[in-house]
Amino acid sequence: MLVELLLAACLVGAVVTFVAPDRVAGKLALGISLLPLVGALYMYATFDGSGNALFGGATMFGENVAWLDLAGYQLSYHTGLDGLSLPLVVLSTVLIPLAILSAWTPIQSRQSQFYGLVLLMEASLIGVFSALDFFVWFVFWEAVLIPMYFLIGVWGGPRRKYAAIKFFVYTNVASLVMFIGFMTLVFALGDSVSSFGLPAVTQAIAAGNLGNVAGVAGSTIALVSFVLMFFGFAVKVPIVPLHTWLPDAHVEAPTPVSVLLAGVLLKMGTYALLRFNFTMLPGVAQDLAVFIALLGAASVIYGALLALAQQDLKRIVAYSSVSSMGYVILGLVAYTQYGLGGATFQMVAHGLISGLMFMCVGVVYNTTHTRMVGDMSGLASRMPYTVGALIAGAFAYMGLPLMAGFAGEFFIFRGSFASTVLPNNGMALITGVAMFGIVIVAGYLLFAMQRTLFGEFFSATEYDVREAAVHDVAPLFVLVLLIIALGTAPGIFFEMIWNASQPILDNVQSGGEAAVESLATVLGGVR
Amino acid sequence: MLQTLQISGTAALAPTLVLGVTALLLLLIDSIDPEESSSALLSGVATLGSLVALAAAGAILVATGGEPQSLFQGQLVVDGMSLFFTFIFTSVTTLVTLASYDYLKEFRYKAEFYTLVMLAATGMTLMASSNSMATAFVSLELASLPSYALVAFLKNNRGSVEAGLKYFLIGALSSAVFVYGISLVYGVTGSLQFDAIASELGNTGEGLVGVLGVGILMIIGGFAFKTASVPFHWWAPEAYEGAPAPVSAFLSSASKAAGFVIAFRVFTVAFPQSTVGVDWVLAFQVLALVTMTLGNFAAATQENVKRMMAYSSIGHAGYVLIALGALTGSANQAFVLGAGMIHLVVYGFMNTGAFLFIALAEYWGVGRTFEDYNGLAKQAPVACVAMTVFLFSLAGLPIGGGFLSKFFLIAAAVEAATIGTYVLAFALVINSALSLFYYSRVVKAMWIEDPVGDFEVGGYPTGLYAAIIVAAVATFLLLPALGLFTNVAVDAAASMIQ
Repeated sequence: MLVELLLAACLVGAVVTFVAPDRVAGKLALGISLLPLVGALYMYATFDGSGNALFGGATMFGENVAWLDLAGYQLSYHTGLDGLSLPLVVLSTVLIPLAILSAWTPIQSRQSQFYGLVLLMEASLIGVFSALDFFVWFVFWEAVLIPMYFLIGVWGGPRRKYAAIKFFVYTNVASLVMFIGFMTLVFALGDSVSSFGLPAVTQAIAAGNLGNVAGVAGSTIALVSFVLMFFGFAVKVPIVPLHTWLPDAHVEAPTPVSVLLAGVLLKMGTYALLRFNFTMLPGVAQDLAVFIALLGAASVIYGALLALAQQDLKRIVAYSSVSSMGYVILGLVAYTQYGLGGATFQMVAHGLISGLMFMCVGVVYNTTHTRMVGDMSGLASRMPYTVGALIAGAFAYMGLPLMAGFAGEFFIFRGSFASTVLPNNGMALITGVAMFGIVIVAGYLLFAMQRTLFGEFFSATEYDVREAAVHDVAPLFVLVLLIIALGTAPGIFFEMIWNASQPILDNVQSGGEAAVESLATVLGGVR
Repeated sequence: MLQTLQISGTAALAPTLVLGVTALLLLLIDSIDPEESSSALLSGVATLGSLVALAAAGAILVATGGEPQSLFQGQLVVDGMSLFFTFIFTSVTTLVTLASYDYLKEFRYKAEFYTLVMLAATGMTLMASSNSMATAFVSLELASLPSYALVAFLKNNRGSVEAGLKYFLIGALSSAVFVYGISLVYGVTGSLQFDAIASELGNTGEGLVGVLGVGILMIIGGFAFKTASVPFHWWAPEAYEGAPAPVSAFLSSASKAAGFVIAFRVFTVAFPQSTVGVDWVLAFQVLALVTMTLGNFAAATQENVKRMMAYSSIGHAGYVLIALGALTGSANQAFVLGAGMIHLVVYGFMNTGAFLFIALAEYWGVGRTFEDYNGLAKQAPVACVAMTVFLFSLAGLPIGGGFLSKFFLIAAAVEAATIGTYVLAFALVINSALSLFYYSRVVKAMWIEDPVGDFEVGGYPTGLYAAIIVAAVATFLLLPALGLFTNVAVDAAASMIQ
């Protein structure tokens, strides 16, 4: 029920904000967005669910209402939170008010529409993380695109139209591919499922009900569905080589939107990978582990190298997101409790850290009106607080101990070094290579900071560079505090994540997904 | 269980009668003082008449539970199917007459306009109830003839007159083809009534199957005209573009649905696939594939918003044709037909709404191309939100019922489980993805582009706004509340097939 209240608060708030005068829209939206935040914190405080929602675990705060009958399938409005989704809901509700606050300065036109769309997006995001029926989930998943399209297209930079349509088309095509993949899976389950509920589908697959359809073996169908869904989600994450929409979208989007894009939208991709591919089809995931792990490592290294080559601070942060998301993929494919847990933890940690970085870059840009590394130096003397937060964010990115980034990456590395999905310690080898990415990250971040923040003050643009307003700097410090809190006490989220990822591994170890076991032989033939 | 009432005799035809009487009433009002007719009065009477018909259809459906009621020795039948479609026609008519209040303010012959709309609606409801080839043909003509005049309503506008003429010529041609097909079927079976045709089919001699097949193909031609599908689709872009936009809305939503309801009834009752010996399912599969692909590709290349919507309307006719193309022996026939009906309900609201927005733009004197819509959202955000809902719903994004109804069609095609229907399902997905491209061009123009010149919208007309907002709310609500219609549609289809 609480999830529905949160959704209602966001939706009603969006409508109210949309018709409110521009003058008050920012403050109004901030006030409204505090409601879901309070709700999410209350849910966190009272959460005592257990297990994984897809394996019949006890979910909380949701509803399950019959919706439609569809040719023998029952569609239901089914929501609920477990240990994997609650942290992401909290992340969304934390980042939205901060993003709204950081929008007060840069957004100077059509404010009521801007904030209305942000609240609409918050509703969609909460929906994505809490839906437990495929259709409800897909409705929210697609609904995220619409406000995002407008937010980039209307308030973005010079090439906003191109970036918006590229984002829209890329992710929508990806969604359709994923949709076909999931539908194939459900139809292949035949009569063993009578709904599109994610728990029902997961459990039916685990019980080995993937049958032959039109002469195609169940294992082949599992493989095809896995690949289609993986492709669909990989665009969202994004995984190299499907990342090319991201720099355009990030650079053109206004800063508060970049914050949400990097902070929450990318996590939709990894969250969906975890929920669909890695939970439902662990057999295929393990058979394809070497490819997936290599893709993850490639994202880490390639993303970092691309970041190294950039001059635009925003592009640097954007590409380093690609790099960080690669670690999440490595953690997922490891199939150890630390790996899965670390990946989920890293989603939250990276959400906060990249949000912080984008906000800092945004504040710098609002003041200097440039983001080019070579265009400024010595900012530390003019805007000490912003620069302090930026440095904190950069160190969190590099994985400084006691900050959230360290905890996330440490869990992932620990999990993937212990992983046995690849023979001959292959996983440890790939992870070892990927860890080199941290060095590159440290390299480009330190280099960029050295050039822009320290030394003699200089700015290529003619603006009065001073410390930004309180409402610009305050969200930065809130994020720094949260990052430190998560770094020093990862248990805040890690415990519930740990509990919720246990059933996924139990399913793997109990040799579930019987129909897929023969897949190794199928692939053996292919190889 | 609700007590099902017997609503006997002509009472079951109440929606049709109400619409017909309203048409006559409008003429009567106009004859009192032809020069000074109040637009509020005319629009109000027309809207009220269609609302009453809407309520009557709903009430009869609820009261009788869609129990078939045969009238005039079986020439007409009132059942769930006909009432369901009457609901669609009257909803669209209500929206159109409401919106026309503002659109027609400056025109003469307002009363004639509303009368023609009501007469066409009467014909459509009769089409939904037709149970014999004779009534089908007569009611189809009753729906068509007023439409020709409506398309050419802007007498001083060359485009409108030309569109009306084209529409009329192609309509006459396809009517001839249709009636010739009827005569061939009559020649083979010796009867006009649908169920009688079906029972005679078993006794058809071997040599007559060819004649029957030609007859059926010609009948398909008649439906293709009415639904704006390939091969009789070419009138649609001209007619929809040239006609006043409320008429385009009316034709592309209600008239199309009317074509489908009679096709549904003829092909499931008169020519059931199991006995007819002519593979019309395959014909519809081909038509569906060609129609949706042609409509979408043509729409993607347009520069004119109204023309783009016209081609999009052809594309949607292709989607609904899946409901006939998936009627294979193995399919759950009621569900397949139901999927088509559900899409038509949703389409009735979202497409009408989109055309009414175009009517609003014409009212303001906005030009016709995408560029002319640039920056409209700055001046009319509410109407533009509504238009965005319509267009994204048409594209199949889950912001309105269009997403779910398309999925019903996909499910129907997959459920039929033949190669042909799998291809149709796949084509629907691809076409939907493509359609997002051209629909979003309008959205982009309205919200993202900057206005070209300094253009001021001329006021906020109440009637048009009300109709657009009602349509938008309905489109949106059909996403969560589609369940209200799904079972009704499937039950109605099931009871007709028996």
